[in-house]
Amino acid sequence: MFDLTGKAALVTGASGGIGAEIARALHKAGATVGLSGTRVEPLEALAAELGGRAHVLPCNLSVAEEVEGLVKRAAEAMGAVDILVNNAGITRDGLVMRMSDEDWLSVMDVNLTSTFRLCRAAVRGMMKARWGRIVNIGSVVGTTGNGGQVNYSASKAGLLGLSKSLAAEVASRGITVNVVAPGFIATAMTDKLNDEQKGRILTAVPAGRMGEPAEIAAAVVYLASQEAAYVTGATLHVNGGMDMV
Amino acid sequence: MSDIAARVKKIVVEHLGVEEDKVTENASFIDDLGADSLDTVELVMAFEEEFGIEIPDDAAETIQTFGDAVKFISEAA
Repeated sequence: MFDLTGKAALVTGASGGIGAEIARALHKAGATVGLSGTRVEPLEALAAELGGRAHVLPCNLSVAEEVEGLVKRAAEAMGAVDILVNNAGITRDGLVMRMSDEDWLSVMDVNLTSTFRLCRAAVRGMMKARWGRIVNIGSVVGTTGNGGQVNYSASKAGLLGLSKSLAAEVASRGITVNVVAPGFIATAMTDKLNDEQKGRILTAVPAGRMGEPAEIAAAVVYLASQEAAYVTGATLHVNGGMDMV
Repeated sequence: MSDIAARVKKIVVEHLGVEEDKVTENASFIDDLGADSLDTVELVMAFEEEFGIEIPDDAAETIQTFGDAVKFISEAA
């Protein structure tokens, strides 16, 4: 439906369940994809699965220098970065009274600061091209909050503010900045929950099931498309009705 | 007009879509030539590219007019 032929997309966290599916969907829509992540093996497996138009770009997002260089490496590999999907994220859960500074800072570094750095690096080329799409992957807990996740939810709420402000700065140059906020999605992370935990979570989800990574990826493809040119600074909630805002 | 001034003027005219005769020594990009803050960032990027130089942020802030730009680039290039 949405044609991304000729566009180059950089996806962080492409070794994870949602990131890999986002990369697959962008690739299927015709884009060349840059697959970034810390673990090289799954990235190479994904590149092999996709065949052509896929580049493996390992990067540790907690290391500032690596982040600074990632957009440049991606542009060298693909010719440009037209679409940036900041999907990588980590959790270091814990009750606030027991949370160390390190657990707070590491989540902020990877989830929020690296997104800022990648956006800063990528808008340069997008401004020149007068076209660009940035999609930041937030979370339902960025708006609802969640006990045990002050760091994670703050980082995801921070992404919303970052995205809106950046959207305002670059809208006149044909660049859009949006957020996709997933609810409970079936990934390796949620597989670890037992049936009782899953059951409790699902009582809060009107759709009565967990979401699929492909349902997040579809939202990203839309926001990356030409058709979504007039959508910017928005958050697209993909959560089965868990939080209706 | 020096070669540098001519090249700077060409970038300003193309980028801001203004008449060439408006781009005078003391013409302020923002006050006289209708640039917004994003335009000034883009102009600096264009100067960096055209002349193969780096313009640090604190220096970029001092480049307010066409004359400022020519002076800075003449000294840096």
